[in-house]
Amino acid sequence: MPSNSSLSRRGFTIGAMLLAPAVTLAFPVFALTNREASDLIGQLVNDLNRIINSGKAETAMFRDFENLFNKYADVPIIARSSLGAPWRSATAAQKSSYTAAFRGYMARKYGRRFNEFKGGNIVVNSSRPVKSGFLVSSTVHISTSAPFAVDWQVSDKSGSNKMFNLYIEGISLLATERTEISAMLDKRGGDLDVLIRDLKSL
Amino acid sequence: MPGVRFIIRSVLSIALIAVAGCTAPPATGINDPFEGTNRRFHNFNKEIDRAVLRPLSRGFDNVAEGPASRGISNFSSNLGLPGAVANDLLQLKIDDAFVNTARFVMNTTFGVAGLFDVATPNGLNEKPTDFGETLHVWGFPEGPFVELPFLSASTVRDTTGMVVDFVFDPVNSVVPTPQRYVGTLANVVNSVGNRSRYSDLVDQLLYESEDSYAQTRLVYLQSRRKNLQGGLVDADLEDPYAE
Repeated sequence: MPSNSSLSRRGFTIGAMLLAPAVTLAFPVFALTNREASDLIGQLVNDLNRIINSGKAETAMFRDFENLFNKYADVPIIARSSLGAPWRSATAAQKSSYTAAFRGYMARKYGRRFNEFKGGNIVVNSSRPVKSGFLVSSTVHISTSAPFAVDWQVSDKSGSNKMFNLYIEGISLLATERTEISAMLDKRGGDLDVLIRDLKSL
Repeated sequence: MPGVRFIIRSVLSIALIAVAGCTAPPATGINDPFEGTNRRFHNFNKEIDRAVLRPLSRGFDNVAEGPASRGISNFSSNLGLPGAVANDLLQLKIDDAFVNTARFVMNTTFGVAGLFDVATPNGLNEKPTDFGETLHVWGFPEGPFVELPFLSASTVRDTTGMVVDFVFDPVNSVVPTPQRYVGTLANVVNSVGNRSRYSDLVDQLLYESEDSYAQTRLVYLQSRRKNLQGGLVDADLEDPYAE
């Protein structure tokens, strides 16, 4: 476990820097509507329910999850945001191989997590406009615990309607991955190429 | 006792003024000036988990969803209800105070001293709260993040709340000493039960993340803030496109 507190504190400063500009920006005009955002997550959730209850082997399911993320999520922006400040100093080749490695890592990690909802059902409740696009709320019903909330952020700023973040009971995927990736990078002495190589096997 | 009534009336008036006067602005970001100490306690807690809690909860696995474990869990949360009602009143959440009171009465009588939860199937869902939430409602800021030995993640405000809840627990002033330890024991057993019920989640957090301290801190702060604010706060939402 890294005990280098100055480095990980820098990780959070980066996080704060990423979030700060959002506060000062005015509401942009969106072509995306509330209904479209909610429909997008509705379709995503239908596909998700189908995958987790398909009874397929884990490796086959990871492929399905990766296809699902490609179809519904803005993986490039999620990847960029997860890396934080080091993104800006990365070369074009590093950026594209990091995004590719992150895509697989995200499919496996969140595939495993969604797989824990097996036998359950995710239901979309409502959607509302927020500064960064739309926030669509859903509830996960599973037999092993009380129902809990998953909220999805949707935007069309990538050029098409895509999900770019989700909150499981208030815990943000982007914030979690920024913390995780920044710790991984610290542990590898800030070497992005080593991080990219290791992400592929995680 | 007129003394007690006077105290209750004064505390409620203070609560009324506090609730009317201020609400703490939603906390954002990470405030962790004690990171060095916190990390040492985190490593200590992780060792305790690895050596004691985790193996203990593995043994608990077969009973975790069984009637005995559920009984202990019900009993433990029922004992927390009088304290929750007191906090509901201090926050002027009268509806929640009624629900938690009704729960306590039903489960203590029909539920055999709280071993069975008969209130939930009757539509009386638990409204958990604590003095940390009361302090939030009264406008006290969240304060720095802290990780305490044995007690895990918290904030200065929530730790203060925990101490107040412990010292002023109404159950303790009614139940005599030897019997009171039954409640304490039930709470301890219940926490092992919880470690077992949420084993996957805790294992992911502690043993599968690259920096378990940073992830624990994030998870605690984000989920606690969501609970206190009754949902996600718009100003806190991510906006990676604005970079």
